[in-house]
Formats: sequence, structure tokens, C-alpha cells
Amino acid sequence: MTLDITGLKVSIRGKAILGGVDLSLREGQVHGLAGESGSGKTMTGLAVLGLLPHGSQVTGSVTLGGRELLTLAPKELNEVRGGQVAMVFQDPATSLHPMLTVGRQLTEHMRHHLRIDKREARRRAVELLGKVRIPGAEEAYGRFPHQFSGGMRQRVAIAVALACSPKVLIADEPTTALDVTVQAGVLRLLRGLCDELGLAVLLVTHDLGVMSAVADEVSVMKDGLVVETGPRERVLREPAHAYTRSLLDSLPDSERGPRPGTRGDIRTEES
Amino acid sequence: MTLLAVDDLVVEHRSPGRPVVRAVAGASLEVGPGEVVGLVGESGCGKSTLARAVCGLNPVTEGSITFDGQPVTPLGLRRRKLTGIQMVFQDPYASLNPRRRVGDQIADGLRTSGDTTTTPADLLERVGLPRDFAGRHPHEFSGGQRQRIAIARALAARPRLLIGDEPISALDASAQSKVATLMRDLAVSSGAGLLFISHDLSVVRLIADRIAVMYLGRIVEVGGTAEVWANPRHPYTQALLGAIPKPDGLGVLPAELPGDVPDPADPPPGCRFNPRCPMVMDVCRDKEPDFGPVACWLHEPR
Ligand SMILES: Nc1ncnc2c1ncn2[C@@H]1O[C@H](COP(=O)(O)OP(=O)(O)OP(=O)(O)O)[C@@H](O)[C@H]1O
Ligand SMILES: Nc1ncnc2c1ncn2[C@@H]1O[C@H](COP(=O)(O)OP(=O)(O)OP(=O)(O)O)[C@@H](O)[C@H]1O
Ligand code: SF4
Ligand SMILES: [Mg+2]
Ligand SMILES: [Mg+2]
Repeated sequence: MTLDITGLKVSIRGKAILGGVDLSLREGQVHGLAGESGSGKTMTGLAVLGLLPHGSQVTGSVTLGGRELLTLAPKELNEVRGGQVAMVFQDPATSLHPMLTVGRQLTEHMRHHLRIDKREARRRAVELLGKVRIPGAEEAYGRFPHQFSGGMRQRVAIAVALACSPKVLIADEPTTALDVTVQAGVLRLLRGLCDELGLAVLLVTHDLGVMSAVADEVSVMKDGLVVETGPRERVLREPAHAYTRSLLDSLPDSERGPRPGTRGDIRTEES
Repeated sequence: MTLLAVDDLVVEHRSPGRPVVRAVAGASLEVGPGEVVGLVGESGCGKSTLARAVCGLNPVTEGSITFDGQPVTPLGLRRRKLTGIQMVFQDPYASLNPRRRVGDQIADGLRTSGDTTTTPADLLERVGLPRDFAGRHPHEFSGGQRQRIAIARALAARPRLLIGDEPISALDASAQSKVATLMRDLAVSSGAGLLFISHDLSVVRLIADRIAVMYLGRIVEVGGTAEVWANPRHPYTQALLGAIPKPDGLGVLPAELPGDVPDPADPPPGCRFNPRCPMVMDVCRDKEPDFGPVACWLHEPR
């Protein structure tokens, strides 16, 4: 299913936050979204799901498979949320209820949305915990969020988002609390879901290495606007916008592959 | 003299009806004055547990923690203020009070240090935020802005030991290097120590004097940053450095470690890394390599 964001503007108590954002998510593709801290990446994701803070004003359009979401009645929007569209919040605490076991949080919506019985829901939940690389998944099923490490909570939040087999996943910095090897596992999982089940993903990440590993398309935001969009290889190798270029330039050189037209000039990071 | 000495530390999480989780299982680590130590390792290996124990927030099961020659005991917040340890928590909401303006919270830190010349707005500016953010509440910020506020608050108190638990994980590369360098400079210039926990290895490489690599509750390798980076010796360290995704635009998925992520409630016998180690030998399966600086039978000191 495709999700199209066009001319999305958001202001909070009169202050402009988004100044007309355009983004499209395609079936089976990962659309990476990078950008300056505070540029509006999270607000873009929240706007899609109708979860903006109180006092926000939204204009523009967000369509899911041709259906406008911004004007949807709360009840219908609820049905879309957690069903066809799921979100992994930047702060895992927002995704998880502190007083409920993770098993309960995983199975709650599953039974309703997927119409499966309790045993099947449990089986699926344990399988999902294993897929996001949670050790001792059977035992972890009965634990509360605070009994996990930061990165484990983040993975549980990913599992909760994937529980009802969404068609579109908005993942806001989903691997910031993961080390690179566990991160590799989670990225492979997401890539696999796109390739095999046609999941469309909006992957918000400031990590250009992550971007480079899984994104098909890349967009870059600054000050509430998308300043650059294009295929991954083009944006990361021949950035058109000065801000994108400055991001790439601030990486230590050894991390970056050679770019066309440049020699692998070695700069030290000291000074 | 060392500022912080963690010696053979064991920390367990106990909860009713669940197996005991030995999150830190005999870890030793030192931080000197003016030194930056980067602590890296697999998600769930016990980094936050270790850091919280240093702050007196998790009880010590075995081993010892000494700060400035004095044992650290679980006395909580008051003692932390007295001893001069500040921690930036992994979850920024754990560092900040959601109901108070951030400027007031930073001002508290300035009072702790008796600093009457710096203003909260000055500190906001130093972490790259507009001065007028001081009047806002924590929920009115983006993820990366909130992290920088937690850092500004901790820096305001001029701690003698600053612990940052993934303090800048939400910032883009250029903001990361600026804020990380700021933390380093402030620590080094005032003779404070900085224990910097991060999954972002390029940031650790940028600011740490030494790197400590943790795996399943133990420190498996310690060494000078440049040295570990150029020549990682423990097979886990090698796997970790090899899995850093490169921003080359080529769409290459980095390698995952083989085997399952281990459960600290049920660690494998012998070397804790043996079920996933490409170099595993017979000895690894029954004897734990209980030595440093590289806890691996391939690097036994003679
Ligand atoms: N509740 C709020 N009230 C007013 N302004 C807000 C509120 N929440 C966020 N903002 C502002 O909106 C802007 C966009 O925030 P957003 O969270 O979308 O940024 P972001 O791109 O996700 O940044 P980061 O990478 O740091 O998470 C920021 O400048 C932030 O200060
Ligand atoms: N309150 C708790 N009760 C039970 N187990 C816990 C508790 N807190 C943490 N754990 C477990 O202890 C282990 C270490 O957790 P810790 O938070 O120290 O890891 P970490 O290295 O900081 O990981 P991350 O990088 O993901 O934040 C994990 O297996 C976690 O599940
Ligand atoms: S001790 Fe053996 S199993 Fe452990 S890391 Fe070294 S070679 Fe691998
Ligand atoms: Mg954000
Ligand atoms: Mg942690």
C-alpha cells in the first residue's frame, strides 16, 4: 500500500513546525528520512497517525491507498492506526505501557485485528520477540518493560508495531539504542519484511550508515522542509543540497566509501 | 590516582517469580581524572546497570566501587550530589522533571556547583540550542533537543565524574561531534572523568582516551582507543567493529553475529562468547578467560 504526504503543514500554538512536507512511501520500499535535530521528522510521523500534541494545526494531505487520513473520524483513524499503519516511537516509553507485561501488549491488538485465538496470539508474540533478537523470548513474554535494557525496550517496541502485520510502518529512530551487530539483525528483519511482504517503511534515522544499508529512497529535512529527495545512492554519493553535503562531510573520512570525483584524502580528526 | 575504580563488580536484578539476572558479572574498570573512557558493547550486556551502580542506584552484589578512594554505597540522589557524580540517563525523561521549566532545572545544577556567573541560557547555547528554550517544558522538545538539555543540566553541576549513558544517540553526525567534544573538553579541562556509554563507535573513537568493550556482564577488552580501533584483539570486538554500517550509499547490510543473543540469566559455560565465536577452541567451552586486558584464550598474558 502506498502512503502519500503532500503539502503537510503543522503549527503548534501559532509557531510553524512543518512548512509543507512532501513524501511518498511505496510498497516494499524503505524510505529513509534524515535531517537536523528539531527539523520536524517526528512531527511528520505523528501527523500521519493523528497523534500531534494538543494545540496543533494541520493542513495538507496524507493519503493511504488513496484514502485521506487527515479528515478521518477518530474511530476510523483508530482502526487504521495499529492495523494498517503502525509506528515505532522515538522514545520507547511512548510505545510501551509501563504496567503491562510485554506479552499482553503484543497480543492485545493482535487478537482483535488478526482475529486469532489466545494461544495463536501468544505463539506469534514469542516468535516476534525472537525475531527482534530478544534473548529468552518465552521468558521475556511475561516481563514488564522496566525489566529490559534500553535497547531491548526499543526492540520490544518494534515487535509491538509489527504485531498486527501492518502495511505501512513509521519507525522513528528505531535503532539508536542498539549496538551495531544487533542493529544489523533488526535492519535485516525490516528489509526482509519489505522484500517478502511488501511492507512500506518510513525510517527516520540520523545514522547515514543505517540509511545506506537499508533505504531505497532518501529524504533530508531541515527547518520543517524536505530539502532533498532521491534514490539512496544518488543522495549519499552526490548530494545536491548543502545541508546533506555538510552531514556527509562531518563523518570521519575512513567511514565513508570513496565518492566519485574525490580521492580518499586523509584528514585527521584532531585539531 | 584513579578517580573511579570498579573492581570485580557483580550486580544482580531480582524480581519475584523470575530468574535472577546477573547483569554485571565480574566487571573491572577504571577512570582517571581528566580521562574519557568509552564503554561499548552489545545491547543488554549490562552497561546501564554498571553505570547506575556507580551512581549508587543499583545495589552491589559482589565486588566494589570506589570513587575518590571512598566506597560508593547505595545512598541515592543526595549522596550523588555530595560526591560530585552526575549521570545523563539513557532515557532523557529520567534525567529531567517533566513538570518544571528546563531553565529552572539547569539553574539547580548551577546552584549545586556554586556557579553564579553562568546562566541556564549560556549552557543551552553551548549545547547548540537557542537561548530562549529555557522557558519551555521537556515535552516541548524534539528527541535530540531533550538529550542536549539533559547534558546541559548535568554539566551545570560541574561534576567530578560525568557518566553519559547514550547521551547523544538522537543527534545527527555534525551535532554529535560538537556535543561530544564539548563534553570531553569540559571534563578534561576541569580534571573530571567522563564515562561515555555509546553504541555509536565513531563518536567513541572521536572522544575517548580508552575503550572498554563489554559482553554479557564482563569487560572483554580494554585499551587505548587508537590501538583497539586499529587492532581489535577480542573476537567480539572484531565482530563489533566489522558491523559498523558504512555510509557509502551502496545498500550493503552489515553482518550480524551468528547464534542467538545470550541471556544473562543463563550464560554459557566457559568463555561467555564461545557459542558465537568463530575462533572457538576446546578450552573456551569449559574455562572462563578470567584475565585482562583481553579476556580471550587467544590472548592469555604470560
Ligand atoms: N509540544 C511541542 N510544543 C512546541 N514545539 C514543539 C513541541 N514538540 C516539538 N516541538 C518543536 O517542533 C520542532 C520539530 O520537532 P520534531 O520532534 O519533529 O524534531 P525531529 O526532527 O524529530 O528532531 P530529533 O531528531 O531531535 O528528534 C522542534 O523544533 C521542537 O522544538
Ligand atoms: N529491573 C530489572 N529487572 C530484571 N532484569 C533487568 C532489569 N534491568 C535490566 N535487566 C536486565 O539486565 C541486563 C542488562 O541490562 P542493562 O540495562 O544494564 O543493559 P545495557 O548494556 O545498558 O543495554 P542497552 O545497550 O540495550 O541499553 C538485560 O538483560 C536486562 O534485561
Ligand atoms: S576465549 Fe575462545 S571463545 Fe572466547 S573469545 Fe577467545 S577464542 Fe573465542
Ligand atoms: Mg525526533
Ligand atoms: Mg542501557
